[in-house]
Amino acid sequence: MTQFTINGRPVSIDADEDTPLLWVIRDDIGLTGTKFGCGIGMCGACTVHVGGRATRSCITPVSAVEGAEVTTIEGLDPAGQHPVQQAWLELQTPQCGYCQSGQIMQAAAMLKDFPAPTDQDIDATMSGNLCRCMTYARIRAAIKQAAAAMGGKS
Amino acid sequence: MLKRILVGLLVVAVVGLVGFSVFAWRPAIGEIAPPASSSFSPELVARGEVLAGAGYCSTCHTTKGGQPFAGGYPVKTSFGTIYSTNITPDLKTGIGTWSEAAFGRAMREGVARDGSHLFPALPYDHFTKLSDADISALYAYMMSRPAVVAPAKHNTVPFPLNIRALQAGWKLLFFKPGRFEPDAAKSAAWNRGAYLAEGISHCGACHTPRNFLGAEKRDKAFAGAAIDNWIAPPLTAANPSPAPWDQAELVAYLRTGVSRYHGVAAGPMAPVVHDGLIKLPDADIQALAVYFADIDGSAGRAGALEQALRRASVADRLNVGPQNDPAARLYTAACASCHYNGVGQPNPLRPDLALNSAVNLDDPTNLIRVVLYGVSAKDGAPGVVMPRFNRFSDADVAELAAYLRATRTDKPAWPDLKKKVAAIRAQGK
Repeated sequence: MTQFTINGRPVSIDADEDTPLLWVIRDDIGLTGTKFGCGIGMCGACTVHVGGRATRSCITPVSAVEGAEVTTIEGLDPAGQHPVQQAWLELQTPQCGYCQSGQIMQAAAMLKDFPAPTDQDIDATMSGNLCRCMTYARIRAAIKQAAAAMGGKS
Repeated sequence: MLKRILVGLLVVAVVGLVGFSVFAWRPAIGEIAPPASSSFSPELVARGEVLAGAGYCSTCHTTKGGQPFAGGYPVKTSFGTIYSTNITPDLKTGIGTWSEAAFGRAMREGVARDGSHLFPALPYDHFTKLSDADISALYAYMMSRPAVVAPAKHNTVPFPLNIRALQAGWKLLFFKPGRFEPDAAKSAAWNRGAYLAEGISHCGACHTPRNFLGAEKRDKAFAGAAIDNWIAPPLTAANPSPAPWDQAELVAYLRTGVSRYHGVAAGPMAPVVHDGLIKLPDADIQALAVYFADIDGSAGRAGALEQALRRASVADRLNVGPQNDPAARLYTAACASCHYNGVGQPNPLRPDLALNSAVNLDDPTNLIRVVLYGVSAKDGAPGVVMPRFNRFSDADVAELAAYLRATRTDKPAWPDLKKKVAAIRAQGK
């Protein structure tokens, strides 16, 4: 039995301790905004926050988050109005959209560490989030717009 | 003539055996009716709780998911597996009938209440330094825990090593009983740190290498050792971290499990910090830091931190922009999103790998273990995790480790990395 909170709600999960957190989030808890991409921690589609840090949920065993606070795209902002989400909307960043919840979670966590990110900061911290539609230029622009909205300056 | 020699030898053998038996013999200490919890003052019990934390008693005397202090935890040694015993005050299976004298003798001389010698898996070679007052406090704490019925498991130490009396010989060779003696030339804080580190917290049990009979090599105190499939790094000037382990870094690491310039407490060190030392007051953590900052000679390494930070910030920028080296690409995709720091001070929650102990040790074990098995929320930096990259092939993990070693340090390459990764994967978590 693993206990943790997800989007502020305590949950108690009866799953094998090696079950990937992503499976638990999607199948047991029923939050499907977090996506499966590669399953080996190389694409970023499954990114959630654990203790506020961007974390690949497909390679995180559920036992590792015992007692931790997990946030998914559904819980990033109660109204879906996080500055990163707003910038994503305003710049129409996604194309197919499959990787975007991971991109947004990675970007939101990154902006806490780099409130005024340079291109170099963005490239270094976002290179683990792949986008097959090649929306990278819009992702970078949206991150800068979100940073400005949050008070940081790029 | 031959007969005379044989008889002579037999006499010598018998006399020797009798002599050794007398030497090895310890009396049983009579059973007592267990004292009521209320017979101990709450202050004494509270002090015992702090000391039990500082000694990580529950870490070795509790199985995964088991009742606290009920024993059964396997201590793997090169002589076989020794299971910890039930130290709750249960009358039949615990230490309920042990007087304080019996408890003190076990702790400080390694002899059970019934007179049998204990294996030094119980670090009585460290606990022998404990003061009478601290033994009393520990006794009060243990005897006021809930009694749990949990019979001892059978050790797998083979004959003849399982003959308890032989432990008397081990003690004769390697055990130096005696209370802690303060060094008048050192400060009160240093002496407090030394008392804790050498006594109840038994740091040397993991960080000091052992000889072929499992005794700590006294002339190599804190020189670093392999333990439980991990490397306990040297705590001396031989520690290879580029940034000095000064008092502030030691305090941060021992208090929170996170050091800005060295990394987080993982593996067997995680429960030491998060379950054990957490019970100690700040002043004691400071004292431990004073002691180890002296042992590691960090005061003599002025300028090393600045140099290390300059080097780290250059390495940090290697993974920006297009890259052709497969290992660099692996790092950029899998690691940099969390470990990149950019300009300025490294963020302790973005452990800088040029500064990290695991990348700088002579042995790649700790780095490989963390890559393959991650760091859970209760270990390392509390509440955050490092996922496990166990879907990477042995060759990928080996390449990543070699890449970090080459680009983040100026130390020699690690040999046979792929074999090492395969071996560590086979060991399991």
